[in-house]
Amino acid sequence: MLFWTIFKVSIKSLIANKLRSFLAMLGIIIGVAAVISMLALGTGAQQQIMDRFTAMGTNLLVVRPGGQRRGGVRSGSRQTLKLEDAAAIVEKIAGVDAVAPLVQGRAQVKYFNENVNTSLIGASGTYLPIRNFTVGKGRSFSEVEEERSARVALLGSATAETLFHDQNPVGEVIHVGAVSFHVIGVLKSKGDQGWFNPDDMVIIPYTTAMKRILGQDYLGEIDVQAAAGQDMTKMAEEVASLLRVRHRLRQADEDDFNVRNQAEMLEMVSSNTQTFTILLAGIASISLVVGGIGIMNIMLVTVTERTREIGVRKAIGARDRDILGQFLLEAVLVSALGGLLGIGLGYGVTRLVERFTEYIPIVQAYAVFLSIAVSCSVGVVFGFLPARRAARLDPIVALRYE
Amino acid sequence: MSMIEIRKLRKTYRMGEVIVKALDGVDVAIAEGDMAAITGPSGSGKSTLMHILGCLDTPDEGEYFLAGENVAGLSKDKLAGIRNRRIGFVFQSFNLLPRLSALENVELPLLYSGRADAKERAATALRTVGLGDRTHHEPNQLSGGQRQRVAVARAIVTDPAIILADEPTGNLDTKTGQEILALFQALNEAGRTVILVTHDEQVAAHCKRQVRILDGKVLEAD
Repeated sequence: MLFWTIFKVSIKSLIANKLRSFLAMLGIIIGVAAVISMLALGTGAQQQIMDRFTAMGTNLLVVRPGGQRRGGVRSGSRQTLKLEDAAAIVEKIAGVDAVAPLVQGRAQVKYFNENVNTSLIGASGTYLPIRNFTVGKGRSFSEVEEERSARVALLGSATAETLFHDQNPVGEVIHVGAVSFHVIGVLKSKGDQGWFNPDDMVIIPYTTAMKRILGQDYLGEIDVQAAAGQDMTKMAEEVASLLRVRHRLRQADEDDFNVRNQAEMLEMVSSNTQTFTILLAGIASISLVVGGIGIMNIMLVTVTERTREIGVRKAIGARDRDILGQFLLEAVLVSALGGLLGIGLGYGVTRLVERFTEYIPIVQAYAVFLSIAVSCSVGVVFGFLPARRAARLDPIVALRYE
Repeated sequence: MSMIEIRKLRKTYRMGEVIVKALDGVDVAIAEGDMAAITGPSGSGKSTLMHILGCLDTPDEGEYFLAGENVAGLSKDKLAGIRNRRIGFVFQSFNLLPRLSALENVELPLLYSGRADAKERAATALRTVGLGDRTHHEPNQLSGGQRQRVAVARAIVTDPAIILADEPTGNLDTKTGQEILALFQALNEAGRTVILVTHDEQVAAHCKRQVRILDGKVLEAD
């Protein structure tokens, strides 16, 4: 009962002083809006990065040749990874689902008078599932085609678009360099991922690429996919030690390859963006403190203005804690209302950002609840001093106050 | 039995370098069901006496028995409880809370003591003072006399033994003042102890007895 009466009086006095109440709230509104939108931007960025990684395949180890150092001289040897290494990884290491040996290069690809310079991937058929590619039209290449170094090609969707426009590329003949290939399939688009476009490429069997196009007997990369639930860090170590043995490296020698653990990278990048998000939100929350000071200021004015009311309330039997409660409630009401408006504003900002930029901010439920909780606590913390001042007023002095 | 009995009450204030003896050994007894006027010129100490009688202030020395209980040394919360249940205040300038209806103003003391039937009791109190039809008006929609009636209703809503009124007619015209005084007399006849603090002899004449104060001392208590 008392709570509702106080609540009602607070609301009425807020409404009676609309502009002042709004200005008191403004700090909280801006603070909460800033925190909400910063968290949303950070979370959105993190989600985008995670999506990119997921698109590249999880449970993935990427083995690449690395520069070698012998006697202090860094040789540019990039020819250390062999097909046999890939075979050995499948054979010797437990928990490996699939490996994809691959070679990369760039190539001029022609179809009649259409002509594009694109990235050329020589890979096994396993490359597609490992890297989360799916065939949109046509088919992937078979093991027989790999063994026979068949001249068949899969096109990325962007490359297909450039060369063939609306025409169906499957069954057509293209030229990679001087060699003719049958197009047997087109990949589904994965979307541009920022630093490279996985839709702009041509995939041919690695055997064909090594023998007919690039003329090399070493690999550019081995992708290793682990079975679900494997310890990726441990597997990366196993792959490394296997390759060290195979490459006859001595104890003191550095690895002539490097093994990149996709899961680890993902973790690292996501923890980096998280730190960044927290930093942004932390800076934004400074404005919440400023907002709190604004509320304290207004509450002090209110207490002075209502000194006589406080005296009357005390005369008719309000205890100190009743007065304290009333003014605290008012402060919390202002800050909570400011918090709610701030959430609205912050949400609006994220919608604008989504509409006019390429970022997709994500407003999470926890951020909303956190903002409400924080703005209420701001009310309690910064309302306490004015409320205590009100509660401690001497009733006689308060009653005489003009 | 005395409703109020004070013995050798002293209260001094410091105003800068000057020490003011507001009350200098006051003895007063007011019987239950009495209607007393405390009179005296300004600066006589009558306001200080009223504050102490109303448990808004505590004396430096002396004893104050309210219905047999010594309240001179009670805690702030205990005093708040006494103000709430046993004393009803009526002020010169009404002191109603703006933006609350007459009914809500009258309800307020009950809310602080946590009574469940606050609304009905407040409505009853308003009927007692003759404002049963003005319950939802806010103070600024009421005349001075009506405001003071609301204030009286607020004072009696907790059914206190004592009504303490500080110049209750001071802000009213003579006719309205008479009506308010008649209201106090009616409350007194209903068995309540009424104490009016005033400097107006006309007002004091309505009371059964007068306590005159000058320079912190009781001159006569007849």
